[in-house]
Amino acid sequence: MASKAVYTHRDPMLKKRDDFEDILEERRSSSDLRYALKCYTPVLYKGLTPCNASLLKGMVLQSDQLHYVISQMSKGTGRATDDIQEEAMAILDEMAHSLQLSTIRFFAFTLSKVFKTLFRSICVNEEGIQRLQQAIHEHPVVLLPSHRSYMDFLLMSYLLYTYDLALPVIAAGMDFMGMKFVGEMLRMSGAFFIRRSFGGDKLYWAVFSEYVKTMLKIGFAPVEFFLEGTRSRTSKSLTPKLGLLNIVMDPFLKGEVFDVNLVPISISYERILEESLYARELLGVPKPKESTSGLFKARKVLSEDYGSIHVYFGQPVSVRSLAQGKVNRCQFSLVPRHIPKRPSEEIHSFVNDSAYKLVRAQEENMVLKPWVLLVSLLLQNHHQNQGSADAGQRKGVALDELTAQALWLRDLSREYGAFLHWPDHTPPSEVVSSSLSLHQGLVRICEGRVHLAPQGTVTPEEELLSQAVVILSCVSYRNQALHVFLRPALLASAIHTASSNNKQEVFNSFSFLRNMFSNEFILCPGATVQDFEEACYLLMKTGALQVTQQEVLVTESGHRTVAFLTNMLDPFLQGYQVVCRFLCEEATDSLTEKLFIPAVRKFIIKLLLEGRLRYAEVLSSDLQKNVLAALLRLGAVQKVKGAAPGTLKINTVMVNSLEDTLGGKLPTQKTVSARL
Amino acid sequence: MASNSSGGGGEGGSSDRQRIAQQRLRIIAGHLQRPADDGLIVLAAECKGQNNKTEASSEGRTVPRRRQEIMKWNGWGYSDSKFLFNKKGQAEFTGKRYRLSGMIMPALKDWFEGTFGASLQHKTPATPVLTSSAVQPPTLNEAFVEELKSTGISFSHNAEDRVFRAHGHCLHEIFALREGKFGRVPDMVVWPNCHNDVVKIVELACKHNVCLMPYGGGTSVSSALECPPEETRSIVSLDTSQMNRILWIDEKNLTAHVEAGIVGQDLERLLNESGYCTGHEPDSMEFSSLGGWVATRASGMKKNIYGNIEDLVVHIKMVTPRGVIEKSCQGPRMSTGPDIHHFIMGSEGTLGVVTEVTMKIRPVPEYQKYGSVVFPNFEQGVACLREVAKQRCAPASIRLMDNEQFKFGHALKPQVSSIFTSFLEGLKKLYITKFKGFDPNRLCVATLLFEGDREKVLQHEKQVYDIAAKFGGLAAGEDNGQRGYMLTFVIAYLRDLGMDYYVIGESFETSVPWDRVLDICRNVKARIVRECKDKGVQFPPLSTCRVTQTYDAGACVYFYFAFNYRGLSDPVHAYEQVEHAAREEILANGGSLSHHHGVGKLRKEWMRETVSNVGMGMLKSVKEYVDPQNIFGNRNLL
Repeated sequence: MASKAVYTHRDPMLKKRDDFEDILEERRSSSDLRYALKCYTPVLYKGLTPCNASLLKGMVLQSDQLHYVISQMSKGTGRATDDIQEEAMAILDEMAHSLQLSTIRFFAFTLSKVFKTLFRSICVNEEGIQRLQQAIHEHPVVLLPSHRSYMDFLLMSYLLYTYDLALPVIAAGMDFMGMKFVGEMLRMSGAFFIRRSFGGDKLYWAVFSEYVKTMLKIGFAPVEFFLEGTRSRTSKSLTPKLGLLNIVMDPFLKGEVFDVNLVPISISYERILEESLYARELLGVPKPKESTSGLFKARKVLSEDYGSIHVYFGQPVSVRSLAQGKVNRCQFSLVPRHIPKRPSEEIHSFVNDSAYKLVRAQEENMVLKPWVLLVSLLLQNHHQNQGSADAGQRKGVALDELTAQALWLRDLSREYGAFLHWPDHTPPSEVVSSSLSLHQGLVRICEGRVHLAPQGTVTPEEELLSQAVVILSCVSYRNQALHVFLRPALLASAIHTASSNNKQEVFNSFSFLRNMFSNEFILCPGATVQDFEEACYLLMKTGALQVTQQEVLVTESGHRTVAFLTNMLDPFLQGYQVVCRFLCEEATDSLTEKLFIPAVRKFIIKLLLEGRLRYAEVLSSDLQKNVLAALLRLGAVQKVKGAAPGTLKINTVMVNSLEDTLGGKLPTQKTVSARL
Repeated sequence: MASNSSGGGGEGGSSDRQRIAQQRLRIIAGHLQRPADDGLIVLAAECKGQNNKTEASSEGRTVPRRRQEIMKWNGWGYSDSKFLFNKKGQAEFTGKRYRLSGMIMPALKDWFEGTFGASLQHKTPATPVLTSSAVQPPTLNEAFVEELKSTGISFSHNAEDRVFRAHGHCLHEIFALREGKFGRVPDMVVWPNCHNDVVKIVELACKHNVCLMPYGGGTSVSSALECPPEETRSIVSLDTSQMNRILWIDEKNLTAHVEAGIVGQDLERLLNESGYCTGHEPDSMEFSSLGGWVATRASGMKKNIYGNIEDLVVHIKMVTPRGVIEKSCQGPRMSTGPDIHHFIMGSEGTLGVVTEVTMKIRPVPEYQKYGSVVFPNFEQGVACLREVAKQRCAPASIRLMDNEQFKFGHALKPQVSSIFTSFLEGLKKLYITKFKGFDPNRLCVATLLFEGDREKVLQHEKQVYDIAAKFGGLAAGEDNGQRGYMLTFVIAYLRDLGMDYYVIGESFETSVPWDRVLDICRNVKARIVRECKDKGVQFPPLSTCRVTQTYDAGACVYFYFAFNYRGLSDPVHAYEQVEHAAREEILANGGSLSHHHGVGKLRKEWMRETVSNVGMGMLKSVKEYVDPQNIFGNRNLL
């Protein structure tokens, strides 16, 4: 797969990135009101067809596409077309935004106040803004921010307003609409609402896709949506959803526009507002009661320091150049373009590949704070101490030791191309201590030693869970750096599990792990060889590995790196094995998808309490779901038809052998499709 | 059997019919050669022997055997007609042949410099004379030559004659000529005088394994006339230009039987003298030949009334290595399996030589009227054309130029003679842009040509203008319309002017369903601009289009593309890359590989995906049967 358009594996050190400007600085020194009322004259798309929100609805309802679907439905069901037309209108009313500048101004004012209280700075790469402005002028634009917080889309609109750019319309999940007043406010600030699932509803799909395409084609506004579909609770990028991407690429593929620009945007939070909320959600621990205490908590949120936000507007990616040589657009010449057609296999894999490239482009420009490295080290240390006998006694790691390790990791991650914001002119010890102090809810320093925050609670299970909240919060920070180390770590683990140093065997093992984890991490389908080469390249570059024609050898000096990398992936390896073990040992015939999470959680808690499992992060329902998805994908577990909905049938032999292979007890089978 | 008719310079016709013919000549052929001075038109069914061929018989014809006597060797058209910038920096058109001849076009210089960033200071003159020594000596097949001599058919291996037949009018071909570079050229030229001559030549070619390349008017824009460099046999160019007689006219059935070498303007003029016309007017009609039209599936400007070549042809005679192919009767339509005419039409000289064609003819129309409509934008214009096509009321010709082309047309306005005219022009402009609020940078214009009897034309005109009004169109006068059509005849001359000043360009065409017309126009134009930038072109290119034909289910779209190549080391290569990309874009947007230019060698690479594997196989098997030795070895199409 020659996917060089968005990322290549040339030396990541050479990756040139823009500088940041803090936009809050000006907010702190000039009037927010004047800012909210400022003259706003954005650059628009050069082919813009002037239009307003209600004209837009008319265009959608009048479109050939919708007419076709309605008449087909009418023929199929015998319903009157007027009737269906009315339904379409209702869908559109429920969906449509009513973007108003006044609402944006209101948000500009209030958000200025809120942001200044919560954050030290909001940093934006202004060169990216200039590129975006150019892109908006040239072609219809799709904004694709990463999604880690509810804040994301308000923040995006706020930034575009600040820089005098065209305000986007944003695809939002219907759940927002539940909040009556907030929903309407969001609608007026450009959000349009889509149902979470509308599988077979052809009318809904037609209205929805036509609505988005119309806005794009006439250049009404940049269309913004989240490739990941939902907020990532773990800070790992989620497997991209293809529905909307398909829709926005369609006008280009059918020749209705010359090109569409996709702009990946990376929003990195130094501290996520929803930090412990996410951890609790993943653990299935109910949220704290919404009451006076909730109100108190909310105020607490406002009084805390959330550090800074970095927003990086990536290089616009032209759909035309993505499709160059990959898609034969002639395939759309033989059927009228308004007749909806299921995308061909070729189109599907093109959209899928593009989606992965875009998510990787988001990942690459995520800013990593020193804390991310610190917490990675602290977590590894925590688990190692836990394993050793003299736990409790000498808890944590000495501050200067931590600093030294952090410097080592800083250099390593830079070699791997991480976008690390380490203040080089500040003494390392200060960098470390200020990072730790921002996250004092998660770490404690006592007697010069740093360890994860302890929780004083009553029963062992409660203690375990509250500890897990801390660990999962920490894990979410560590995960921010995962994409940097992922490929080398997969290789390190492959070397670890492979029975020999034979290159082909290591590759087989790598390929197996990569396949196993492809629901867990962003690994482009079909890029196994490329990923393997990238991993080899990085490890060789840092001198940790020697790769010859036949062999892969860890060097003397490379053991530290390889150990670090293996440890980074170990919780996942263990987690996958544990879930497999659960399915083999505990699962009954009546296990359904719905019951799976609580049951596996119970099983894991038991193992943790018995000390048979080190990693509390395995309690994360995200990981558990991913294992199930992987097993379903591999056919080791199947959904049974006819039984209670979502009943799972487990192929014990296969699950067992997967578990053993993960544990290195079984050699990787030769069935791996890709070969070196 | 011979009869004559007088072209009658100024003496006026004796019969009514001739008077009408004269009038028509003036109207439609303002751009063509001035009425022939005199000349006998021989209508002979017998073959003119090479020896008794008189000078007089060829004088009435446009194309002499030695083309170099009247035509440029490294540019378009007649030697006496060309654009140039005079000492005052004003553009003028030399010669006496065209309406524009001898006139000054004051706006052209500014348009030219403004559009291309070109400058009159920076010249790229062509090599002035053809140096015969630069042409590689002919590879002759002695046995073939010997036997040919005995037939009495005239031939030549003079370098000039050969170079003239080694190219069409693609940009790279003309560019190379201007630089005095010649690649592989035919080794000799033969001039058959009639069908039987062709039969003899083809027989001899088969016998001696010589490669034949039929040559008609030489106006190809598909590299069809380029000699395949890999061809090792002697290449003989078979020039049909001397097979140029109308053999008979059948007034009862309204058909004419014509030798295929006749060029368009001669065919029309001769038929006009009898009160008839074919109505087939491709833009190249001054020079392109009947046989060439058949071999490329040509299309004429007035196809809405008369039809394209496939609708006009009743009977075709073609000489192939297997023998002569023709139908046994002249029935207007037959259900006798696949129409064998369709193996011939579009065969691009790969199967044989078309020698005689029976064509439909029509009485010369009583009345002709040009017209034009201004639309606020291209979208509205296309919508109007679509509606006209839907109501099936298209005039003889209807074309829609985009804004850039509209401006181009304006730049060609000759100096106005009176203050009054320029005052009127100013008023008109004021009315359209100020009063009607048309944006001068968005408006576009449709040009119209109506034909028929007077009353019906006026009625028809009203109907079309009424439709136009629904799409915001304003009638903009006959003059604008006529100038629009003139542009198509002088554009090729203008390219030569551009090439004197670092500007190269070309046109290409496609056909596309109605719902994709706007998209294809936008995307192809944008693609051209983007590709030029990518290929290092330093100045923004001219990238413009017009819709030139309407059909029930779609339209023909024509693109013009030109740029200033200063600063490029290999401008022709850059040009070809851009054109290639533009063609890919056309195909990706649901356009066809060609509407009427044909495939030649230039567009061969896309044939398979255009007609499918099976289709390709069908065509190949026909070629294999008809010409197993590949005597007609120009390697076009397949």
